[in-house]
Amino acid sequence: MSNDNSSTPKHPVNAPDGTPVPYDTHVPTHREAEPIADPGLPAHTWRPTDVDPKAEKRAERQIAAMFIAAMISAILFVVAYFSFEVGDNWDTFAGLGASTITLGLTLGISLLLIGTGIIHLARKLMADHEMVEMRHPAASPQEDRDATVQALNDGLAEAGIGRRPLVRNTMIGAVGVLGLPAVVLLRDLAPGDALDIDKLGNTIWEPGMRLVRDVVGTPILASEVEMGDLINGTAEAMFPSEENGYPELHGAEEQAEKAKAAIIVVRMDPDEITPLEGREKWTVDGIICYSKICTHVGCPISLYERTTHHVLCPCHQSTFDLADHARVVFGPAARPLPQLPLAVDDEGYLVAQSDFTEPIGASFWEREKL
Amino acid sequence: MSTDSRIDTSKVATSNGTTAATASKPGPAGSLASWADDRLGLATAMKKNLRKVFPDHWSFMLGEIALWSFVVLLLTGVFLTLWFNPSMGHITYEGSYDQLRGVGMSESMASTLHISFDVRGGLLMRQMHHWAAAIFIASMMVHLLRVAFTGAYRKPRELNWVIGCLLLLLGTLEGFTGYSLPDDLLSGTGVRAADGFLKATPVAGSYMSFLLFGGEFPGESIIPRLYIIHVLLIPGILLALIAAHMLLLVYHKHTQWPGPGRTEQNVVGFPMLPVYAAKAGGFFFMVFGVIAIMGGLMSINPVWKFGPYDPTKVTAGSQPDWYMGWPDGLLRIIPTGWETVIFGYTISWNVMLPILIVPPLMLVILMLLPFIEGWITGDKRDHHLLQRPRNAPTRTAVMVSLMTFYGLAWAAGGNDIIAIKLDLSINQITYFMRVAIFLGPLLAFWITRRWCISLQRHDNEKLLHGYETGIITRSPEGAYAERHLPISETSAYTLTARDRDEVYSVGSDTDAAGVAAPNSRSERLRARLSSWMYSHNVQKPTRAELEEAHHHAEHEAELQAGLDHPVDGHQFDDHRLRDTDEVPLRDH
Repeated sequence: MSNDNSSTPKHPVNAPDGTPVPYDTHVPTHREAEPIADPGLPAHTWRPTDVDPKAEKRAERQIAAMFIAAMISAILFVVAYFSFEVGDNWDTFAGLGASTITLGLTLGISLLLIGTGIIHLARKLMADHEMVEMRHPAASPQEDRDATVQALNDGLAEAGIGRRPLVRNTMIGAVGVLGLPAVVLLRDLAPGDALDIDKLGNTIWEPGMRLVRDVVGTPILASEVEMGDLINGTAEAMFPSEENGYPELHGAEEQAEKAKAAIIVVRMDPDEITPLEGREKWTVDGIICYSKICTHVGCPISLYERTTHHVLCPCHQSTFDLADHARVVFGPAARPLPQLPLAVDDEGYLVAQSDFTEPIGASFWEREKL
Repeated sequence: MSTDSRIDTSKVATSNGTTAATASKPGPAGSLASWADDRLGLATAMKKNLRKVFPDHWSFMLGEIALWSFVVLLLTGVFLTLWFNPSMGHITYEGSYDQLRGVGMSESMASTLHISFDVRGGLLMRQMHHWAAAIFIASMMVHLLRVAFTGAYRKPRELNWVIGCLLLLLGTLEGFTGYSLPDDLLSGTGVRAADGFLKATPVAGSYMSFLLFGGEFPGESIIPRLYIIHVLLIPGILLALIAAHMLLLVYHKHTQWPGPGRTEQNVVGFPMLPVYAAKAGGFFFMVFGVIAIMGGLMSINPVWKFGPYDPTKVTAGSQPDWYMGWPDGLLRIIPTGWETVIFGYTISWNVMLPILIVPPLMLVILMLLPFIEGWITGDKRDHHLLQRPRNAPTRTAVMVSLMTFYGLAWAAGGNDIIAIKLDLSINQITYFMRVAIFLGPLLAFWITRRWCISLQRHDNEKLLHGYETGIITRSPEGAYAERHLPISETSAYTLTARDRDEVYSVGSDTDAAGVAAPNSRSERLRARLSSWMYSHNVQKPTRAELEEAHHHAEHEAELQAGLDHPVDGHQFDDHRLRDTDEVPLRDH
């Protein structure tokens, strides 16, 4: 708008306090004339509530009615609070408790009525004349900028830091080195042995340890495993008793071991299994055992498809072929599930020949080193 | 009238008193204000800001939804902290919920059940808190889109855009730390996946995981640590950034849509006191009310159905909250086996790319958008007038392209749900997504840009030839034509109230002495990008073009001379039902 000033003739170029406001000085001068001149703000029109006393009174009554209804709804909230029990009848009505529903409705309606009442008030009865305010550049005036730069330079010159590199550099160094205590202080987020990442390399499994069902802890007889069954299992040490002699586990240790010990056991036709070299004797009559923890990011896998021997992780759909050393056949995982070498003890129960031969679960930097 | 803060209230709400808004004697409010100003000296700042003008448009309300839902989050969150026990200590549940009584679980899960079943209004507050979180993040996203699509992020508001992007990031993290707290099976699965993400970090990943969890996963520290992050650390930063966001909004004054009397130099609208204070305050109650009704009627995160966390269990269809869905989708569509071992160290590209690299990269791209655009255009002016999305076709197309990427990644995060609901093969959905995530955004870009340019052309048609009346006339020769009528001056001015795009061009690469100009390579890139952004755009007509077109229209009108009334489509048939000249159909 080369004729910017003339296009807004109806608005004096003044700030609300009366001081003149300069127009934006960045307006390019080479722009051609605007095709249509600014017609200026349209004339204000009065609302019915401004000119018709009846309409005004009606709006007043509407607003007051909303506020009164809001009060009633808030009181109903209190009534509902004391009338309805919570507890186990949480799904008495529409899958939710009578208490939750009535409290939510009465509170919500009360709030909505207050809100609509206030907005109705603003729209119908408060002045609706649009006002015009002039803008100012976000930048400070040039003399302020110059003064600030001057003050900054004066201050820095008086400090003399720039002239004394020894002081400056040692000061920066001192503050920088202070970062060390700040970082070191966080070391004991995992105090002492708790930071021993070598734990990722082994699990509670050891030679001769029985496989047990994961919920009840009963050992698994090899002869009882049905063809096509998938058993969710764990290590017997997760169910310590006087009989089996494993030590009691508590708290964090128990949870960590539980998270790593989980296994899945399936039986399939031995001919269908294509064992990896060196793993020919890791199965017992077609019974094969893998870590249950996905090698992608560590979800427990659970969905088994009997006809294809595929098992699917429900988190990100990595799919493993259990007949073929749990090779990844689909999805984002990169490595097969670790296999647990199986044997049978004298009583016919499935036992581990050893711990897993590689770390289980999600990948990590030092994985190949453990 | 621009400076007139004493507006004409002669007819407004006479019941308020006819001398409204004219200060006379200091009433009680005046005395209080004097008392406060003697001590705080706020009058200087307040005299401008109490009546600060805000422009009106429905889309300016989106950010307000985010603000008010954050307030609801603070209120309901404080209520929940009164009972929630962020401890991983193992106890046996003995509360009211029958199906889990006697089951071992952490104290955080048990206290969540306690809030849900033994505290009156507890379940309501839990559900309100969760719904408010979803609304908080959703409204931030839509607000972000509004700001981007209208070019409101241009100078001088680039830094406020950056703050807004940080708010979105923090809101997302706040959501994740929040829904992880109950220690139920679903959220525990999410925490375990997060542990997997940490471990995929090169060099320090295993140690980061052990430090965060206080030892090996799951440990007994993660819930209390997430809790303090959720209730203190992130909300503190959120509050500070929201304050900065609002202060900058007030300082810059709100952008406005162009229109008669609305220029780059002014802001037209209603004063903060009383209209905007009432509208915004009333709107807070409405947002609060809607969230309360949602919390009362709509079940969300029913942790009692999932049961307590057990590291050996998982539910089918495990999904994070919706706003975490898009990185999860990227995680799902990475092809099999993207992991390398170098010098015996494992690098998990299959986790790093979708979680540790792409999402932060997307955030950085988002934050840089105004700076990139500013560099390409070389535009150093302040911009306070919004642009319609069609008038910045390339920017609009870039945003739609980013939205398409987001949407596809998000849909990929629900590939199992889509497979079940639509009875499709999950493998085929995944294969499709692997291609679509690259092609979709390109296609979206191309379609959007062409669409915008067509709309610009349509605007020019309206300016030059008027609007389509839908009245078809047949000439004596038998040719059919649609009657166009000129649009109003207000509409015409509004359509032309935009800048002409200027394509940046480089001068000579070398100066007179044949020495290459500094930065000529980046200048050439800038010129190419500028041409790519702007050269296809349709510019508004010039005054000469408009006059020419109007002259042409007058000529056409002359051809229709003999009609003593506007063409209404029934001139040449026998269906004139009434005399339009005498009885207007509608009283305009």
